[in-house]
Amino acid sequence: MDKPEIYKNEIQKDPYTQLRELSKARIALGNTGGSQSIKDVLQFQLDHAKARDAIYTEFNIEKIKSDLSNFGLDIFKFKSKAKDREHYLKRPDLGKLLAESEFKNVSGFDIIFNIVDGLSPEATLQSAKIIEILLPKLKEKYSAAISIVENGRVAIGDEIAEKLNGKFTATFIGERPGLSSPKSLGIYTTYDPKSGTTDEKRNCISNIHSDGMSTAAAAELLEFLINESFAKKISGVSLKSDLKNHKIDNA
Amino acid sequence: MEYKFSINNITYSFKDLKELLAKASPHRSGDVLAGLAAKDNKERVAAQYVLSEVPLKEFFENPIIPYAEDEVTRLIMDDHNTEAFYPISAFSVGEFRDWLLSYNATPEILKEIAPSLTPEMVAAVSKLMRNQDLIKVAQKCEVITKFRNTLGLKDRFSVRLQPNNPVDDPKAIAASTIDGLLYGCGDAVIGINPATDSPNAVSELLKLLDNFRQQYEIPTQTCILSHITTTMEIIEKAPVDLIFQSIGGTQKANESFGINLNILQEAYDAGLQLNRGDIGNNMMYFETGQGSELSANAHHGIDQQTCEVRCYAVARKYNPLLVNTVVGFIGPEYLYDGKQITRAALEDHFCGKIMGLPMGCDVCYTNHAEADQDDMDSLLTLLGVAGCNYIMGVPGADDVMLNYQSTSFHDAMYLRKVLNKKPAPEFEKWLLKMGIFDENGNRQNLPESHKLISNG
Repeated sequence: MDKPEIYKNEIQKDPYTQLRELSKARIALGNTGGSQSIKDVLQFQLDHAKARDAIYTEFNIEKIKSDLSNFGLDIFKFKSKAKDREHYLKRPDLGKLLAESEFKNVSGFDIIFNIVDGLSPEATLQSAKIIEILLPKLKEKYSAAISIVENGRVAIGDEIAEKLNGKFTATFIGERPGLSSPKSLGIYTTYDPKSGTTDEKRNCISNIHSDGMSTAAAAELLEFLINESFAKKISGVSLKSDLKNHKIDNA
Repeated sequence: MEYKFSINNITYSFKDLKELLAKASPHRSGDVLAGLAAKDNKERVAAQYVLSEVPLKEFFENPIIPYAEDEVTRLIMDDHNTEAFYPISAFSVGEFRDWLLSYNATPEILKEIAPSLTPEMVAAVSKLMRNQDLIKVAQKCEVITKFRNTLGLKDRFSVRLQPNNPVDDPKAIAASTIDGLLYGCGDAVIGINPATDSPNAVSELLKLLDNFRQQYEIPTQTCILSHITTTMEIIEKAPVDLIFQSIGGTQKANESFGINLNILQEAYDAGLQLNRGDIGNNMMYFETGQGSELSANAHHGIDQQTCEVRCYAVARKYNPLLVNTVVGFIGPEYLYDGKQITRAALEDHFCGKIMGLPMGCDVCYTNHAEADQDDMDSLLTLLGVAGCNYIMGVPGADDVMLNYQSTSFHDAMYLRKVLNKKPAPEFEKWLLKMGIFDENGNRQNLPESHKLISNG
């Protein structure tokens, strides 16, 4: 027997699904009584779950260390003053400050690569690949070291540079997860970093993830920024105006 | 003057109004971050007891940022309407709260006193009000504004259509705009946050939206939410309906936004000259949000909610069409979770409304906040009951440019359905004429040949 009409469950489709090809936005979803269908609700929940979990995923320091161990660079480990993730989220000021550490007055390096968990620890797993591409091109000109930092914000790189006597920092940090990009990496570069350095003195390469900028493209941009910064002895807004063919955002 | 209160032989003292306001604030992470929050729950309630007995007048007599130091304070003092203030001038903050909830405080009376209320008085009373109080009093305030349609009517609920795109791609923007219109959104404004804030890029987007509006004779207004100085640069050449700006509650915060009251005044005067509204000339659009003063290091030791209400004094000066608080955008260091976001949104909506502003709210959160869609559903519903003028309409609640979650076209459909609210009357008529909604506000079955689809 056919069910009466009112028991038919038909999602009202939008007769313009072709518009979806024009945009990544969630358009032409259709509706049931004006509300989203379960398919779209679950898709959203899944994307949100990925983004949420990305923030609380463990920062796998051992994995990062072993990925980086082939490069023959000194590796230093640091923690910020934020005790845990919740503390980190509520107190961005503490994420910029170093907890006590044993390293003081280390001999000095041209470049320090800071690997910082930020808001998406897993995103930092891309760092080794970028450094791998980059190192052969830099080795002749610059000395380098690596630091791995727990519960850190971008500015913590400044204090690390002071401790390790670094002339330049490239801080690799997990970016705030978006619904469509839960594991996105950003790289902030600073020439002559010191505690209290402000954001206009930094350059930024952002959106490094599988659907965004590739690690190869990021490595190329980073090489360019390093060479420019050392040549002109600056970083940040004032460097930006010279970056003609390179798309780089400011920090 | 020192303020004191004792609980079980422990005396809590507060050295000035600023400290009293901060300590009386319901708990939120931003005030903790600033080092201004009450030490514990008892101190908070002690501060609320003391605050309840402070005469309203005292806020006017003791500005929390000195007159000489801050032009927002000067605006608050110089524009104070003493005549309208007279009938309530004898109230303490607590008495004022009781009176606002009484039958005597009718919508008409509230409208009369609105221009006499200063931000600090309003912030103070809101700190003594529970969520239901904030909703009940806000619901009594009807703030109607007009440009090409009528916004803020009691049985109406409007939506800013927000078709953002990370690279300002015109086709992607058009696609989101069509989708939103076909779900009845866009009566508050069709407004884009541009990826590139350059005069050329903004002009192109303005032309795109204006052509679209004219082609389909949509009774609404459009806006590119560029910096006000960019808008001013192109105002003579490009079709500017509304002039947008983010504002702060202190002179220093506004400086960090690259503006001051002179710039706002110049823009307002220039906007009035354009005279592009069909039925009214409210043409300013402001955005605010708790925490922006602290984030700009421009809060003068004032709690984030009081700073926020000072923004409303700035907004009020320029008769805006739209004001909205972008409540959960700033992140968990200012509003940690769904509870704090909800409380802040209800405070902002109440405070703006009672000061006479057409308040909307960007009901939103970021992925690092302790919040989810359930929190947004609850807040959306509460704001609907409180009589909020408008919300944002973002495809699937996912803003692919700003990377945060706001409210969707479907959320707007939900709210209008459960509270039996309609779009702005002129816009509703257009939706009926275009065969998008029926008389009950239900979405019609759209044919592929529908004008908005086939031409798109």
